[in-house]
Amino acid sequence: MTTEQTVLSVEGLKKYFPIRRGLLRRVVGQVKAVDDVSFTIDRGETLSLVGESGCGKTTTSRCILRAIQPTAGAIQFRTDQNREVDVAGLTRTELRPLRRQMQMIFQDPYSSLNPRMTIADIIGEPLLVNGMGNLAARRNRVAELLDVVQLPRAYMNRFPHAFSGGQRQRIGIARALALNPALIVADEPVSALDVSVQAQIINLMLELQDRLRLSYLFVAHDLSVVKHVSHRVAVMYVGKMVEVASTSTLFRAPRHPYTEALLSAVPVPDPRQRAKRIVLEGEVADPSRVPPGCAFHPRCRYAVERCRVETPTLEQIAPNRWVSCHRVRELTLQGVVS
Amino acid sequence: MAEPILSVRGLETYFRPDEGIVRAVDGASFDLYPGRTLGIVGESGCGKSVTARSILRIVERPGKVERGEVLLRRSDGRVVDLVTIDAQGAGMRDIRGGEIGYVFQEPMSSLSSFHTIGNQVIEAIRLHRAVSAKDARARAIELLQLVGIPRPEQRIDSYSFELSGGLRQRVMIALALAAEPRILIADEPTTALDVTTQAQILELIRKIQAERNLAVILITHDMGVIAEMADAVSVMYLGKVVESGPVDTIFHAPRHPYTQALLRSIPSVLAEPRSRLATIAGGIQHPYARPPGCPFHPRCQSFMPGVCDRNAPPVTKLDAEHEVRCFLYGAPARSAT
Amino acid sequence: MSGPAQLSVPLVTVAEEKIAAATQLQLTWWRFRKHKVAVAGGVIVILFYLAAVFADFLAVTPPHATDAARSYIPPQAVHWFDDDGSFKPYVYALKGRRDMRTFKLIYVPDPADKRYVVWFAEGYAYELLGAFETKRHILGLDRGVPEDALFLLGTDQLGRDVWSRLMLATRTSLTIGLIGVALSLFLGVLLGGISGLYGGAIDTVIQRVIEILRSIPTIPLWMGLAAALPADWSVTQVYISITVIISLIGWTELARVVRGRFLALREEEFITAAELAGASQLRIIFRHMVPSFLSHIIAAISLALPAMIISETTLSFLGLGLRPPAISWGVLLQDGQNIQALAHAPWLLFVAVPVIVVILAFNFLGDGLRDAADPYG
Ligand SMILES: Nc1ncnc2c1ncn2[C@@H]1O[C@H](COP(=O)(O)OP(=O)(O)OP(=O)(O)O)[C@@H](O)[C@H]1O
Ligand SMILES: Nc1ncnc2c1ncn2[C@@H]1O[C@H](COP(=O)(O)OP(=O)(O)OP(=O)(O)O)[C@@H](O)[C@H]1O
Ligand code: SF4
Ligand code: SF4
Ligand SMILES: [Mg+2]
Ligand SMILES: [Mg+2]
Repeated sequence: MTTEQTVLSVEGLKKYFPIRRGLLRRVVGQVKAVDDVSFTIDRGETLSLVGESGCGKTTTSRCILRAIQPTAGAIQFRTDQNREVDVAGLTRTELRPLRRQMQMIFQDPYSSLNPRMTIADIIGEPLLVNGMGNLAARRNRVAELLDVVQLPRAYMNRFPHAFSGGQRQRIGIARALALNPALIVADEPVSALDVSVQAQIINLMLELQDRLRLSYLFVAHDLSVVKHVSHRVAVMYVGKMVEVASTSTLFRAPRHPYTEALLSAVPVPDPRQRAKRIVLEGEVADPSRVPPGCAFHPRCRYAVERCRVETPTLEQIAPNRWVSCHRVRELTLQGVVS
Repeated sequence: MAEPILSVRGLETYFRPDEGIVRAVDGASFDLYPGRTLGIVGESGCGKSVTARSILRIVERPGKVERGEVLLRRSDGRVVDLVTIDAQGAGMRDIRGGEIGYVFQEPMSSLSSFHTIGNQVIEAIRLHRAVSAKDARARAIELLQLVGIPRPEQRIDSYSFELSGGLRQRVMIALALAAEPRILIADEPTTALDVTTQAQILELIRKIQAERNLAVILITHDMGVIAEMADAVSVMYLGKVVESGPVDTIFHAPRHPYTQALLRSIPSVLAEPRSRLATIAGGIQHPYARPPGCPFHPRCQSFMPGVCDRNAPPVTKLDAEHEVRCFLYGAPARSAT
Repeated sequence: MSGPAQLSVPLVTVAEEKIAAATQLQLTWWRFRKHKVAVAGGVIVILFYLAAVFADFLAVTPPHATDAARSYIPPQAVHWFDDDGSFKPYVYALKGRRDMRTFKLIYVPDPADKRYVVWFAEGYAYELLGAFETKRHILGLDRGVPEDALFLLGTDQLGRDVWSRLMLATRTSLTIGLIGVALSLFLGVLLGGISGLYGGAIDTVIQRVIEILRSIPTIPLWMGLAAALPADWSVTQVYISITVIISLIGWTELARVVRGRFLALREEEFITAAELAGASQLRIIFRHMVPSFLSHIIAAISLALPAMIISETTLSFLGLGLRPPAISWGVLLQDGQNIQALAHAPWLLFVAVPVIVVILAFNFLGDGLRDAADPYG
């Protein structure tokens, strides 16, 4: 399934957090935050990871960047020398040269910039710590990057507190671009922004991708934003992938009941399209006590006896299309019609 | 249409901290009818929450309602102006909760973590109704049931931090409804929630509204939620209601350049994948440095130099229900120059 | 690029530019400045430390010079205006008189003998700032030595000038606080840092040690430790030991602050960003973390200092800390503690005033600093 074009290929990724209790901090259980997740991303492609709060999107993205250590799984990354490296197995030192090829854009434009550093220092930090160029060369590069994210160069000596949320997010993007990465992991990059500013950042990310052939792993819970940025979408539910498909297919004709419910819940900005929504009952399952069988069965309106006992696996049902549901071949589900 | 239950006229609420003056609400007018939903929509800092707090007279210092009227039609038909009555007095306390229920924007900080949710609901009931402790508890369980909390007899004794975000928001709604108000103000009731939970909460508000003929003010920055829920819409920008009208008009025949631009710039599930969005240039100005004249002029595509940056545009009535605050529709006040 | 995505470059005023390029330190200062009480506290603290530095200059008589005959002289009344109405402060000289019943020599003011108070007079010799030999003191008398007549706050049982002793006590008590805090700071930052940075078992051990230390009631602990000090130790040895003893408790608080900040900062996204950029652990600690909690540490220090000062005063007052001939606030207060002294010489209790003032000032200052430290948090 991986080709020359594949930048990232994740196989069987797991991350379990131990639950500790008591004075001796004994392990009494496990939070299966990510439980056997696999996907690939091609060069120049955006894969979006969607799902409800707590389903493991952030944990997945942090594992890939090795901000946290995965419990199991392989994370194959194709380096700029066209070598495939399993990031999951590297030590800190081995990881350092790879860091510059995978960068991150953060959700919170306030906490992601050090308030005590100037914009030039923030954007220049990746250059500095990787020993790229002298001071003058670095400042030049910072100025270029400010142009790229459409911020005036004159802002270089300012501190983050002088910027609005949208401007800060541009600064964060400039920092992520500083080392010419191949892959950018963006964890909810626009959810903290105002509506009118969201559009600017979404457009900027799309333009940069086309220009620099970047690959994005785009984490979001807002399906409207996802529709605007992704080539393909992966839907997660309680640590597992339930459906992967190309964007237009997934929105038009979902094949997993959870995807259907998720799409149905999105409010459409048109009062003439008020439709009867599928309102999911109950709450997302707790990843420390995942229901047996299909984790979605307590909320699924198509659940049958088999769903309560047997865990479905992610299977390929068409080219570029994976679904994890026992009834995938019998059900006809509703997507959004445009 | 029937008489409005609440009419806000020319509301102005300013904050005067040491650093300057923030015109948080600078001319807001709208009417609210029983059984209907008014949506107030706008970006962060445009004054939505302060408008709601002004109606309830709970603006915190250094803020103050400077001008305007908030006319409430009480159940006996009398009309009172909430701006003129004592904010701390018994009359206002009676209206807060009794006539107008309020769902705060931050569910975590507005629920106490030291008292069980049951005790908080019971307290809200007994504040307005003289009922015995036992009856109050029974009513509290009923209320929790009404807002869709599973196993309310057990949940009534849990603490807010033991609940998920969605359940907490339901408790907030139960609290707001405790004294059977006729108006419900919900400030961003679903912003912190997942879409699926949001759908549950919106459904709940709709259900209760239908059952009780509630008048609802729904405050949000999400145009999707507005399209879904509102009958009438007021669009706010930097403290001013720039356009108001029936929901269909606002979405399908918007007149104000801000409304138009906002609608073009929001991502939608109906869009083509990977299509570019129209953008509104620039960002929202700092509250201390609001532009003179029309507050939208630095970002407006129809900006008329010498007009829009000089005077504040007047409100123009386009038809019985559609109003807009922009010089494109109303001549600049000649006398002012 | 599509769309009018150019940013509205706002018309930047000079003032805005100044704020935009303001460092965190400047912002903290601007915020602190608005806190009037805290600023007043800061000024008072600075004045006290100036007094500590120039203690000998502010003293007027040799603080150890005893004269049993001059015991318990009440504070001298200063007459501000001369007979002709001009501003010329003077005191009456003290005339020795034999009490005919007890045959003791006692001193009483002699209205016939005016001694004018002069500025920058010569007095006993001392070393200014520990380097320059000088005899200048802030006040003196135009005739005779100050020991004869200038007792602004009266004298104690041994006839020593309370004012002069108070100045030197201020020096001792305030520096003991400083050294104690420096020691606690070192321990606190080191152990708190290790605790917060590495977590796990080390963290658990350090946290338990802190809890144990904090659960021991301080006074008995000090009493035990102080009683263990050999009685024949020199003033300096006792001084150092007492500092160590009180900082033994002080570091726990600072360690908590540091650990808390480390834990909070580890969650900050800008730390993750630096890590992902490939920054080394050292750079993350010293470039990102330490500057972020420096202001918190300063605030914690300004709250720890008064605690140290109180500790010294308490210990010495109880007779467990510094002992005469050392001079500190606690030692001076101890002089005034017996009933006889209270009845005869209530002015000995004046020492409590600077103690209270400086503790309050420190607390206001610390609160102000703490509030100002986090303009965005
Ligand atoms: N350090 C941790 N220790 C224990 N549990 C954790 C830890 N980090 C995350 N979890 C748990 O793992 C699950 C997945 O969390 P994660 O942050 O990946 O979700 P998410 O999909 O990003 O959610 P959101 O949309 O709220 O950001 C959650 O149940 C969370 O409580
Ligand atoms: N206590 C206060 N002191 C000073 N200014 C305030 C205060 N509270 C609110 N403001 C200002 O009033 C303006 C309106 O605030 P408000 O909370 O009503 O915005 P909002 O529309 O509810 O935004 P959001 O979507 O972020 O909740 C803002 O510019 C804000 O800075
Ligand atoms: S496996 Fe069963 S419960 Fe799970 S999604 Fe499919 S139909 Fe629903
Ligand atoms: S008044 Fe002028 S600047 Fe304001 S919205 Fe209308 S056209 Fe634009
Ligand atoms: Mg997340
Ligand atoms: Mg608000």
